[in-house]
Amino acid sequence: MKRSTRQKVIRYSLYGVLVLVVAIFAIFADWERIGRSFFNVEIAVDMFPEVLTVAARNTITYTALAFIFGLVLALVLALMKLSSIKAYRWLAIVYIELFRGLPALVTIIFVAFAIPIAFPGVSIPGGALGQGTIGLGIVAAAYMSETIRAGIEAVPRGQMEAARSLGMSWGKAMTYIILPQAFRIIIPPLTNELVLLIKDTSLFFVLGTTPATKELTKFGRDLMNSKFNGTPLIVIALVYLAITLPLTYLVARLEKRTAAAR
Amino acid sequence: MSIQRDETAPPIQIRDLHKYFGELEVLRGIDFEVKHGEVVCLIGPSGSGKSTLLRCVNKLEEPTAGKVLIEGIDITDPETDVDAVRTRIGMVFQQFNLFPHLTVLRNLRIAQRRVLGRDTAEATRVAEEMLARVGLSEKIDEHPSRLSGGQQQRVAIARALCMNPDMMLFDEPTSALDPELIGEVLDVMRELAEAGMTMVVVTHEMTFALQVADRVIFMDGGVIVEEGPPEQLLRNPTHERTQRFLRAIEIE
Repeated sequence: MKRSTRQKVIRYSLYGVLVLVVAIFAIFADWERIGRSFFNVEIAVDMFPEVLTVAARNTITYTALAFIFGLVLALVLALMKLSSIKAYRWLAIVYIELFRGLPALVTIIFVAFAIPIAFPGVSIPGGALGQGTIGLGIVAAAYMSETIRAGIEAVPRGQMEAARSLGMSWGKAMTYIILPQAFRIIIPPLTNELVLLIKDTSLFFVLGTTPATKELTKFGRDLMNSKFNGTPLIVIALVYLAITLPLTYLVARLEKRTAAAR
Repeated sequence: MSIQRDETAPPIQIRDLHKYFGELEVLRGIDFEVKHGEVVCLIGPSGSGKSTLLRCVNKLEEPTAGKVLIEGIDITDPETDVDAVRTRIGMVFQQFNLFPHLTVLRNLRIAQRRVLGRDTAEATRVAEEMLARVGLSEKIDEHPSRLSGGQQQRVAIARALCMNPDMMLFDEPTSALDPELIGEVLDVMRELAEAGMTMVVVTHEMTFALQVADRVIFMDGGVIVEEGPPEQLLRNPTHERTQRFLRAIEIE
């Protein structure tokens, strides 16, 4: 067989396999049942407006708070890791490795439930909002601090030298010269962290939320259980995508722009 | 405008300066003094320690041993507020090091505002004056990336001048420039020298040294090999190593 003929045969048989699998699925699947379980319009319509006004709103609020808390903590950690004081560097390294190595769920459970056991009378206020955002923020800070550190290190050394030789203290040089440039560099990876955080708020289900504090996943899952129908999950999946896809698209554009600027 | 201030102590005094990078001794006992209004050019092969010496003057490099006195103030003393001393020393780098995220005006204003505490109007006035001095008034709202290398370096000089320094350090200011852009930077430096600015210039521009310097210092292997007036040192060096260096770069 000629080489080109052989390649053609392989190609067509690959298509054949695909057609076969789709055909078998189409013939044997219970389409009526699938439609009822996943695409029940009545159930879907029933979810509005709460899926947006309560669940999506909570998801966005939790994400925003965890992101802000995480970012502040991450900046402190990044500066600690770049510090000339060895103890600070080590503290930062231990923190980062610890919380990157653990499942976020473990950290959230720890903050919400283990701390009140260890310190009776002490509990993080704010229920799911407080405990969840702090737990998630702690985890996010571990990841984001490495991003921020990389951003700071990507700013050429001469920038710090120029700022210092104009009489700026280290702190002023950092604030006015280095960090503004570093953040410009790391906006795309930070946006990626934000997308991950949006998805991680689904872990808040362990916190025992009330109807008013449910985020998207818990909201969808409770409805699925009560209606014994998969449609709520499809709806919340679409809501998640409506939030995350524009952000990932934005990241791609920003990355293209920074690449072009270099 | 006056850039000379009445200070009795010499602008720069360096005594028995040593600098190690790890095991390597880059400066091996430097004694060096610069008088008011003096223009000193540091020349020598790469790795001779001339840039390190310059960077020790404003403590961008920490001297390993020895003393560096700026207008009589010992900056190697840990009690000295080096940030305050640095405002009196303008520094110009080979790579310009303008702040790329700020416009030219804000490059010139930021240290005036954040270090000297000048208000925006005053800082803007000074910035405009210095930018006019280097002949780039029309670039005030540009970002550095839109300027040529020569223009960027002139802005960097203006930025240093905005702090009203008593002296200026130049670390190979034209080495990163295309040949046709070197002249405009040297012209600005020449005007500064004529206005009476105290200047220390690390350079490979022998013509500039010959025309502008009051004194030329030849360094090699971390020591000052020879120093003297430019005519004598560049045309008629006494030391064999200086002769060899000058032959190698073929002074015109």
